[in-house]
Amino acid sequence: MWQGFLQIALTLIIVIIITPFLGSYIARVFLGKKTFLDPIITPAEQFIYNLSGIRHKEDMTGWQYTRAILYSNLFMGIFVYLILMLQGVLPLNITNLSAPSWDLALHTTISFLTNTDQQHYSGETTLSYLSQTVCLGFLMFTSAATGLAVGIAFIRGLTGRTLGNFFVDLIKSITRILLPISLVGALLLLILGVPDTLAGPATTTTLEGNIQVIARGPVASFEFIKQLGENGGGFFGINSAHPFENPNPLTNLIETIAMISIPAALIYTYGIFANNTKQAWLLFWMVFAIFILLVGISAIGEYQGNPLVNTLLGGQQPNLEGKEVRFGWVETALWAIVTTGTMCGAVNGMHDSLMPPGGFSTLFNLFLQIIWGGQGTGTAYLFVFLILSVFVTGLMVGRTPEFLGRKIEKREIVLASVILLIHPILVLIPSAITLAFPDALAGISNPGFHGISQVVYEYASATANNGSGFEGLGDNTLWWNLSASVSLLGGRYIPIIALLLLADNMKNKQPVPETTGTLRTDTVLFTSVTAGVILILGVLTFFPILALGPIAEGFQLAKGI
Amino acid sequence: MIRESLRAIRVTLVLWILTAILYPAVMLIVGLLPPLQYQANGSIINNSQGQVVGSALIGQPFTEERYFWSRSSTTNYSSFTKQEFEPTKPENITQRTGTSGASNLAPSNPDLIKRIEPEINRLKQAGIPPAGDLIYTSGSSLDPHISVESAKAQIARVAKVRSLNPNQVEILITKNTDGRFLGIFGEPGVNVLKLNIALDNIPVSR
Repeated sequence: MWQGFLQIALTLIIVIIITPFLGSYIARVFLGKKTFLDPIITPAEQFIYNLSGIRHKEDMTGWQYTRAILYSNLFMGIFVYLILMLQGVLPLNITNLSAPSWDLALHTTISFLTNTDQQHYSGETTLSYLSQTVCLGFLMFTSAATGLAVGIAFIRGLTGRTLGNFFVDLIKSITRILLPISLVGALLLLILGVPDTLAGPATTTTLEGNIQVIARGPVASFEFIKQLGENGGGFFGINSAHPFENPNPLTNLIETIAMISIPAALIYTYGIFANNTKQAWLLFWMVFAIFILLVGISAIGEYQGNPLVNTLLGGQQPNLEGKEVRFGWVETALWAIVTTGTMCGAVNGMHDSLMPPGGFSTLFNLFLQIIWGGQGTGTAYLFVFLILSVFVTGLMVGRTPEFLGRKIEKREIVLASVILLIHPILVLIPSAITLAFPDALAGISNPGFHGISQVVYEYASATANNGSGFEGLGDNTLWWNLSASVSLLGGRYIPIIALLLLADNMKNKQPVPETTGTLRTDTVLFTSVTAGVILILGVLTFFPILALGPIAEGFQLAKGI
Repeated sequence: MIRESLRAIRVTLVLWILTAILYPAVMLIVGLLPPLQYQANGSIINNSQGQVVGSALIGQPFTEERYFWSRSSTTNYSSFTKQEFEPTKPENITQRTGTSGASNLAPSNPDLIKRIEPEINRLKQAGIPPAGDLIYTSGSSLDPHISVESAKAQIARVAKVRSLNPNQVEILITKNTDGRFLGIFGEPGVNVLKLNIALDNIPVSR
């Protein structure tokens, strides 16, 4: 068991070491400072600007930034949807797959457009190499870059800068962050055994004389941006548990770090923008503390295994249901918490088969959305909680709340509340409707308390733009495709609009000079209050569901029934 | 508004060419380089006659006494018996594309216990201690590995059927064990397909 915890500790030490380097690199990119990649990228970028017709890199207001996001995302969505629907007649369709049903194609398009990558299909049997690469692979870059741009624009507004130009931020996110890292990462994965080919499935005769069909494809390029961009949509149905997506412990380590590196680094990026790395580290450690707690309880749960099975065995065995031998209980538990925390959503073991502590922690992450959080947006949500904490503490001491020298007033609190409330609304209301019709709508595959978790998990994953699932759920139905699409869209664009308007507001405020009476936000005390606000606001909303789902299941298993 | 949407369309198309065409094309071309061809094509193993026998990364089902057994799989390792293999039939889509899958059974699901109980008895009858990796199904249904203990527990049976010295078999297990990365990350596992191929390649003495 201790060897397992050593693996977790070393992985996280690597993440901590990377954070300031990547964080300051991202800051330099978006502050327009020199970076070591300039000699190659600047001319290429200029060419891209010329082709895209971006001559004036004028700063946008909150509304302009929002409209630019909505227009470009709408066009990307229509473009990808059409290609998916024409899959049957387009080339690179080696296994002669027909187009997916209209509702599945719609759900898939929206899901990848919103950086969620919730999948109601299996890659092998549904999508051609063309669809995977030029539709989904494409959206993996742009949706991650959109998130990153929003995160940066929000930080800019918060620190009193103009929000910037969406198209410039979008292009820079890709040319200077996502694409260069992906080229290196995909090459590493390829060297380590992840296939990248246009050849069709290999048909072989096994040693015992059966026929085995081995799915292949252009996986390596797809796999790395899937991890780095917090996308998480697997090339194969079973995602990163598939030996071709994640063949060995080293690829697993690379993919785990790729998932967590940008969301962790963005907190540091904020520190540079705000010229207050002390506060950035305080926030980093606050998130880290909650994160490590969740990793711990999940890992111990998997290590102790299933009490019902242990009784049959007459001894304790780790729970390996839905897990691969090469990852074991520890790497699967760590991955599960990283992937739900960062809104990646890729899995290297089945979440449906996790023990109740794992189910609890993954759901907890989806509810909170800030245990690192999604690409760009997660960091922004963290600051929304910070603003709320400033407001709450301001009320307690009877003083006008200020954050970074700017007054927090009614409009800011309204926008922050919208961001906070849209999440439970889009998770709990559709869950309630679905659970009211268990036979007609739900498609639950595991009976009892776990069935409730399955339904809530699906909507929480959609709204949080995560994409993982309790995959036993029968979710490729008209109801699931359409209702999850509503949660996907609402969970993505409503908070983005509110974030940008909030940032715009903060930017336009007259800074108030700091006095001895100012509440400092870069102290351990204030950070602890923030942690309290996060836990109270974020967790209490969802506590009844956690009690009905994983907690009840845990008690049931402990009782041995 | 029209100007704004036109700009959005142009940016989208340029980024599409960059990320959806150029980036994957570069990786595909890199995969054609001779030192990377093996990995890029899926680590395919050929036998001495040049026939494809499988992939070094993908497991295979084994039931015969003379082979080491793999983990249980919900898709039988994306393999099909010769009788059921009719890829031209429309409904047999997985026979054309290959597949992956998992049980997705919750720990509290009674079906899990119903499945595991007979599995424990079967293993006990075969003289193998029922370890976690053998009674639980894998994540991908294609897991190429079993634990070292589960492999060692099968040495006696395989050695007896093949009239081999158990030590010789144990050496093969060690050779086909994929260890932890740097001795730290992941769990060690025995690649069952490679081990069984190595067994088949032992020249028959006598």
